[in-house]
Amino acid sequence: MGLTLTEKIFATHHRDTPSEGNVVLDIDVVMCHEITTPIAINDLVERNLDRVFAPDRIKAVIDHVSPAKDSKTALQEKILREWAHRHQIKDFFDIGANGVCHAIFPEKGFIRPGNTVIMGDSHTCTHGAFGAFSAGVGTTDLEVGILKGVCAFRKPETIKIELTGTLAAGVYAKDVILNIIKRLTVKGATDHIVEFCGPVVDNMTMAARMTMCNMAIEAGGTSGVCMPDRITAKYLWPFIKDEYADITAAIDDFKKWHSDPDAHYAQTMSINIDDLVPQVTFGYKPDEVRDVGEMAGTKVDQVYIGSCTNGRIEDLRAAASILRGKKIAKGVRGIVSPATPKVFSTALDEGLITIFMQAGFCVTNPTCGACLGMSNGVLAAGEVCASTTNRNFNGRMGKGGMVHLMSPLTAAATAVTGKITDPRDYL
Amino acid sequence: MKDFGGPCILLDRNDINTDEIIPAKYLTENTKMALKPFLLEDLQLEGFDPQSEILQEAKVIISRQNFGCGSSREHAVWVLEVNGINVVIAENFARIFRQNAFNCGMLAIELSQMEIAAIFAIQPTNIAIDLEQQKISASGAGEYTCDFELNPFDKELVKAGGWLPYADKNY
Ligand code: SF4
Repeated sequence: MGLTLTEKIFATHHRDTPSEGNVVLDIDVVMCHEITTPIAINDLVERNLDRVFAPDRIKAVIDHVSPAKDSKTALQEKILREWAHRHQIKDFFDIGANGVCHAIFPEKGFIRPGNTVIMGDSHTCTHGAFGAFSAGVGTTDLEVGILKGVCAFRKPETIKIELTGTLAAGVYAKDVILNIIKRLTVKGATDHIVEFCGPVVDNMTMAARMTMCNMAIEAGGTSGVCMPDRITAKYLWPFIKDEYADITAAIDDFKKWHSDPDAHYAQTMSINIDDLVPQVTFGYKPDEVRDVGEMAGTKVDQVYIGSCTNGRIEDLRAAASILRGKKIAKGVRGIVSPATPKVFSTALDEGLITIFMQAGFCVTNPTCGACLGMSNGVLAAGEVCASTTNRNFNGRMGKGGMVHLMSPLTAAATAVTGKITDPRDYL
Repeated sequence: MKDFGGPCILLDRNDINTDEIIPAKYLTENTKMALKPFLLEDLQLEGFDPQSEILQEAKVIISRQNFGCGSSREHAVWVLEVNGINVVIAENFARIFRQNAFNCGMLAIELSQMEIAAIFAIQPTNIAIDLEQQKISASGAGEYTCDFELNPFDKELVKAGGWLPYADKNY
């Protein structure tokens, strides 16, 4: 029988089988941010194990609270900064060069097809968009990753989701993934890889694929994954051009990771998206999803555009296409956080920042900001936010606040009216 | 190895997530101990009071499906640990939470829906755990005993005191 992409990666990175069904993998890239890493660093120092397995395979960024908002976050950043310098981790992105981890690391070309990637962050599944095995882990796994370059996993099964049809105008990759999570439920993919394929995915940009894979964890998935192809090779080309004669050679090489036609899947789902309409969450779980029409009219206090899900240049362009020449509704606060400095400066060059500002948006520096309710747009109790982020848990954006997840298009249309609004009315 | 078993608390809900176990705003703490007062602060559950004596004294949590979903924060495991809770029993767990628990030498025990229902039915106040025999005994308004399965690797992690000592020795 053939193998899935993930099984191929597991086979090539196998270090040990401590018991049946459990594998220890060699890890290619260990990524770190200032919230979950400092406590790992402190623990390693305390145990007299302050070492790193390979400084060039460790990437670090300050992103969650940036710049520091108080003494405690300043200390977290200091611990990470000093550690990065102490161990000569050259890919460390400090204030000014920093952006949201799952946006900036791909942008730097750190993730390649066939890689194994871990990070102390649940949305690490994003990088599966490059045909990698990329999983969020806790601090202990991160410590062992930093120290030894290994991580243990149960052998995951794969759920294949084949997407056919055409995305209608005003419908976005975010709507597709919200709809898939609704079908899978918040635990439907636990201990599974979610493989996205079919003509819809074949035509998706890397940004759209990252949006899809980013939210695999919201269905419990270990990782999302897409097959690396021409679009992947084009995105990575500036970083891999010395390794291949031409793009075609890279595409051919990437094929070795593709799931075999006779690979085994735990489950296969085929979804035609011709009739899909914009999707919005309504409760405190990301599988509580409705068509935008059912949510239309819900008043919001804040609109947030940003995060590792939808803070990329494509997302800002989409939102700006609706906001151009318009003002956000009275009484609504608009906040946009471009995910990386490159996204910010491109948005500046393309005039998008002006569009946001003229519409009445507050434009912040690249950071996770409001997404996890630690800074830059925390909600007061009873307030409602229309958000392009990935998680609507109770209290996520501030105690007593409510978050409705949606696409950048829907968020922009909602900003204009002050109520959840179908973006197709504004195309 | 840690101590397992003792007074228990029932959290009768599915999908209890990591933000409910420990809200993100406390992730700025740099020690596990500092998390202690904030256990389950934002949990939405009728009749649940994070300040209750039952929670203060609990050593075991019993819940339903998909416990610990959401963020990868190991803080969700540490906040249990520093409050003396070393065992969570549920129908199933989110992968990262489950791995974090075993990585810290704690027990995340999965039982069938029927077994969990039977435990809830007797309103247990105490859970005894025999790790070697892999047996759970719940006592309260009645008694209920059942076997539990453990992934052999997870059991080794518990015995080794967690993944770091295990990995440091083996890799
Ligand atoms: S943007 Fe939000 S979901 Fe993404 S890494 Fe930051 S806090 Fe996590």
